[in-house]
Amino acid sequence: MSFSLTRLQRYYLYYTGAFLAFVGMLAVLEQHGMPPRWIGYAFLFFTISMYAVIGIMSRTSDVSEYYVAGRRVPAFFNGMATGADWMSAASFIGLAGTLYLSGYQGLAFVIGWTGGFVLVALLLAPYLRRFGEYTIPDFLGARYGGNAIRIVAVIAAILASFVYVVAQIYGVGVITSRFVSLQFEIGVFVGLAGILVCSFLGGMKAVTWTQVAQYVILIIAYVTPVAILSWNVTGNPVPQLVYGHVLQEVGRLEDKLFDTPAEIEVRRLFRERADLYAEKIMQLPNSLKLEREQISSKINELKASDAQMKDIVALEKLRREMPHDPEQARERWEDAMYTALERAKPPTRHAEAFSGDDAEQKLAARINFLALIFCLTVGTAALPHVLTRYYTTPTVSQARESVFWSLLFILALYITAPAYAVFAKYEVFSHLIEIPIAKLPGWVAAWTKVGLVSIEDINGDGILQLAELSLNPDVIVLATPEIAGMPYVVSGLVAAGALAAALSTADGLLLTITSAVSHDIYYRIIRPDASTQFRLVISKSMLLVVAILAATVAAQKPGTILSMVSWAFSIAGSAFFPALVLGIFWKRANRAGALAGMLVGLLLTIYYILRVEFDSIPLLGISGFHMTPWFHVQSTSAGVFGVLAGFLTIVVVSLLTRPDRDVDLFLQGIRRTAGDGAR
Amino acid sequence: MAKSATYWQKTRRLTWCLLVLWIGVTFVVSWFARELNELTILDFPLGFYMGAQGSLFIYLAMIWYYNRRMRQIEAEFGIADE
Repeated sequence: MSFSLTRLQRYYLYYTGAFLAFVGMLAVLEQHGMPPRWIGYAFLFFTISMYAVIGIMSRTSDVSEYYVAGRRVPAFFNGMATGADWMSAASFIGLAGTLYLSGYQGLAFVIGWTGGFVLVALLLAPYLRRFGEYTIPDFLGARYGGNAIRIVAVIAAILASFVYVVAQIYGVGVITSRFVSLQFEIGVFVGLAGILVCSFLGGMKAVTWTQVAQYVILIIAYVTPVAILSWNVTGNPVPQLVYGHVLQEVGRLEDKLFDTPAEIEVRRLFRERADLYAEKIMQLPNSLKLEREQISSKINELKASDAQMKDIVALEKLRREMPHDPEQARERWEDAMYTALERAKPPTRHAEAFSGDDAEQKLAARINFLALIFCLTVGTAALPHVLTRYYTTPTVSQARESVFWSLLFILALYITAPAYAVFAKYEVFSHLIEIPIAKLPGWVAAWTKVGLVSIEDINGDGILQLAELSLNPDVIVLATPEIAGMPYVVSGLVAAGALAAALSTADGLLLTITSAVSHDIYYRIIRPDASTQFRLVISKSMLLVVAILAATVAAQKPGTILSMVSWAFSIAGSAFFPALVLGIFWKRANRAGALAGMLVGLLLTIYYILRVEFDSIPLLGISGFHMTPWFHVQSTSAGVFGVLAGFLTIVVVSLLTRPDRDVDLFLQGIRRTAGDGAR
Repeated sequence: MAKSATYWQKTRRLTWCLLVLWIGVTFVVSWFARELNELTILDFPLGFYMGAQGSLFIYLAMIWYYNRRMRQIEAEFGIADE
């Protein structure tokens, strides 16, 4: 297949048209009574078979095509592919919800995930492309020399990417199980098939062209519901332009709703409940025994009187479901206490920055905001699956151009997300709060059943107060079509978009892990004389192994998976960023320094995450090592310390040891400080 | 030889200038978000607007400017695109 730019653009234009026609057709069919479930199936089948067709058309057995798409991806399309590669299920589903729940504080993600591309453009992309090999460990290996640094780089790449890929596959399972009611585990393996049809036959080449296709679907799916919502509320279909006005409306509603007597009463009741749990936890194990005795005596009392049978059965069920031992009781009660405390907190205003009760809390919020931005930007500029995309352009200047296109295509989603949150908040505040609970719209009940919405009328007045409603962040994007009363075809579109976001990111990550193992470990270290054909066989079999491993882990539904994703940024940032940047810009950085810096950065980050986030590792039999955070910095921003320590270590150790000898030639090549013969 | 050494110097100077600007937009503006929120722009509080749209457009403009300057510098020193 040969790609000329205009022809490619025409193809993708046809493809976009076909997709829009398909959505339009489903909308008409829905009017004529096509059941929602079929619409879900139609979206799933249509999109995955599109990806499969592109994957099969781009099959290849050429090493350069398999690892870097033959370096023939034009800047524009590489930008689009990077956009899809970059925006994961978390960006698509979670971001708007996070912004809904935390208002200004959530903007750290928007700033960090876009600002990182400036670092990519200025510090990394042109130099990686000029170097022109296959992977990030390749670059570090060539700059610093030696296998040790390659191995550390491979470990860090796998560590950061594997958790991330598990989260994507988990996301696929959630989406398919909710929208086409497949069983979760089956959904996970359907997603796996969707990933493998793209990457198995054609490696990077196929992944690139499917990612472009996936970008088109995900951006249409993301913008459509907000545009409709914006049209309904303001009469203008461009939400990014007009939501400032809606934000002011939200501010007025906040003035009206936040401190009504009923609202204050509800918060007080939740605080009392939290206190009650705190007291019960303090008095374990006696409190558990006491509670069990109380229920038992009540049951006996009821049995003695002629009470209704159903009351007795209910109480007996309650007794059966009580915690079995103090350990379990502590766990459950702490959960309940934190939930109640969360609801008892006075709400913060959407646009308010760094809120807190006193100056210290405000300072902590400010520090954490900046620390999170730092980690996300540096992590963005260090995640191997994004950086390898800049190996695929034909020239250095095209690599630079493609960072511009990447950011442009990513911006399209990231400037929409805050608008999404504000419109959703406006809908909730104006149509849900202070409404009798019996009269709430149908979607509330539907999503309560799935466990993403919870409502508790704690003051018993039959009316919904703000503090009585709690929303899971995911529900904002998934349920907005229903919230605004749109036809089901929009919900199906959103599901297809979320699926595209998850699959495209998973593709890129899986390929990164695979090439780290097959190219960097097997070919570069174990058997440099392996034939190209055999290298591809190893690559493809590794792909299968890693994919199945990731799907197996995802099928276990690990609970902490989403927070683990944010750690991936800190891990990648602290392992790669200092060594890459100093390797390009500081001649004196040497092998010993880089190796020490990468290890120190990586280990410090992991150490900080472990000690701040956990108290024990049952597997290793260690416990009680929880520590208070340094400078109030949360574990999601552990990279702040890791990156700084990494830079410091590289500088100090490099200066203490002798300079490497072969650096000049390498640096002349990527900096173009010598004549044309340098490469 | 001397000529290409200045190519790298020019590249490096451009990189540092933009990096300082980037730090200003990303960290200094965000640090003062609370104070900036007192001002209103296009119906938005300014601090919120910068985080939600303003900084993002500046980032895009920065990359565009960098690419433009780099093309000029490369043309000046006759460095062929590889």
